[in-house]
Amino acid sequence: MSTLRFIVDNFDEVMYLSWEHIWIVGVALLIATPIGVVLGIVITKHEQFASRVLNGANILMTIPSIALFGLMLPVLAIVNMGLGKVPAVIALVLYSQLPIIRNTYTAIKNVPPSLVDAGRGMGMNKWKLLRELEIPLATPVIIAGLRTAAVMNIGIAAIATYIGAGGLGVYIQQGIARVYPEMILSGAILVSLLAIVVDGGMAVLERLTTPEGIKVQRKLAR
Amino acid sequence: MITYDSITKIFGTGKDTVTALDNVSFTMPKGEVVVFLGPSGCGKTTTLRLTNRLETLTRGNIVIEDQNIMDLDIVQLRQRLGYVIQAIGLFPNKTIAENIAVVPKLLGWDKERISERIDDLLQMNNLEPELYRERYPAELSGGQQQRVGVARGLAADPDILLMDEPFGAIDPINREEIQNEFLKLQANLKKTVAFVSHDIHEAIKMGDRIAIFDKGRLIQYDTPEVILTQPKNKFVADFVGSDRALKVLGLMRVSDVVNRRPKNIVQGGDRSPEALKFLDARGFRYGIVIERNRPIGFVTQKSLKYEEGLVRDVVERYPLFLRGKTSLRDVLSFMLMHDAGTFCVVDEDRNFAGTVTYNDIQKAVKESYADEAESDENGGAV
Ligand SMILES: Nc1ncnc2c1ncn2[C@@H]1O[C@H](COP(=O)(O)OP(=O)(O)OP(=O)(O)O)[C@@H](O)[C@H]1O
Ligand SMILES: [Mg+2]
Repeated sequence: MSTLRFIVDNFDEVMYLSWEHIWIVGVALLIATPIGVVLGIVITKHEQFASRVLNGANILMTIPSIALFGLMLPVLAIVNMGLGKVPAVIALVLYSQLPIIRNTYTAIKNVPPSLVDAGRGMGMNKWKLLRELEIPLATPVIIAGLRTAAVMNIGIAAIATYIGAGGLGVYIQQGIARVYPEMILSGAILVSLLAIVVDGGMAVLERLTTPEGIKVQRKLAR
Repeated sequence: MITYDSITKIFGTGKDTVTALDNVSFTMPKGEVVVFLGPSGCGKTTTLRLTNRLETLTRGNIVIEDQNIMDLDIVQLRQRLGYVIQAIGLFPNKTIAENIAVVPKLLGWDKERISERIDDLLQMNNLEPELYRERYPAELSGGQQQRVGVARGLAADPDILLMDEPFGAIDPINREEIQNEFLKLQANLKKTVAFVSHDIHEAIKMGDRIAIFDKGRLIQYDTPEVILTQPKNKFVADFVGSDRALKVLGLMRVSDVVNRRPKNIVQGGDRSPEALKFLDARGFRYGIVIERNRPIGFVTQKSLKYEEGLVRDVVERYPLFLRGKTSLRDVLSFMLMHDAGTFCVVDEDRNFAGTVTYNDIQKAVKESYADEAESDENGGAV
């Protein structure tokens, strides 16, 4: 109850930190999405790079976030950006790559070859095929990749507070430093809540982007 | 017209090469349906895909109306060749109308023209436009999807259609129907059609000519009649099957064998004793009874004996009458079913047009096999 009290008493600050948190994650996703989707599509057309790109993204993902911040610090310090939102956003962009690239790649690969063949046989070029067939069919799966990335990033952004990025992680970090359980709990609960809400929102988006014909197909297959 | 000139296609490199087509030459005449026939893996699909350059020739040339396909712009080439694939391949995210519109849109037609074209094509393929335009492929039965596939192939009115087992994915009853529909369409459209099939029945039915492939080679290229009656070698003979006499009958029509002026005609208004005398004098066991130029049945000498009245009172009616386009296969089947040796042929107005007897059919089959009888002597065991 005292946690709720804490949130109500500090409502303005809570709103600000939440906004900051969403901002970091949102900006990171806005940057990560075009990069990941384009890379994912490119490697379906140039299969020889596929495993290298996917392995690369996989390795990025295995680096613990604290370590990644540490690694970036000396490099970004050169341009005086070792701390703050910039390294946080960069880290989140890097972490997002695996789910986005992997989902894009798999989704495009899963378009039945007979459909691609029919399209090519009718004289559709690569771009037309992508626009009218492959991307529409792949979109829900790509959104699912974004969903994974977003939820994951909300968690990682909470840690980015250690490099001064702000966000709801501030409550957790300061709460620990000050041995202030209500503050810690507020941060933890708000981060979790944010993750749940974003997850739900993305699920809706996933449904909205599913082409009507595919929905019909699924319904009839049942 | 499409000319295939010594085409060879080799897939792969180094050790694992597959020769899918080996020095194949033939010409598809304008306006005809040529069926590519042969066992799985013989190179039928590859021949099609070389034509629209989904695969690249290893050697040889393909020439369409005096233009080498390699000199044509690949996209323009493909838009000139309607393509219907084995797996139907409708785009599941597009409505039926949008699916049909793909090529017209690529060609930059305006909206109204496309919309009219879609309605025409759906109608042509026996699909009610209002009902189907806005549906998705998943909502259609296999046969309906196949019809849309054909409509899509025809969308931009190409002179040439490449169809890869277009009716392969449907049940036999629907297939029969859609084949008939396509033949009707083709009778009007007169497209040059390359039609892949591995079903000999389909090939005989659909093809003006049949190209039989085996292991990448063209074994025989002829009309269905010639393929059936003069198979070039054992492979072709085996492939067309030991019942090819029956298949020949499927190709021949009543009009090919009809006897237009049979002598054993009696009128319904004749009196029985005179009719009997007439038949007896000419040695006919039975007579065809005609009234006002329409056949109604037959009388035998036996049934006329001891009768005093008119012929029409003792006539045995025929269960059915034949049309000129009825296939001899069907006629033979009717003969077996109705235990009859003769049927009458009528024209559109049901007027008498002649007779077909079992002997006529037998004679026609024998004639068509006249050439093969000789080759049978060197090893004709069945
Ligand atoms: N892309 C490819 N790469 C390698 N080999 C291929 C390729 N496409 C076809 N082949 C081979 O070429 C041969 C001819 O194949 P094709 O698809 O033309 O046969 P088909 O007559 O259409 O058979 P089916 O009746 O099974 O469709 C086969 O041996 C096949 O394995
Ligand atoms: Mg094939």
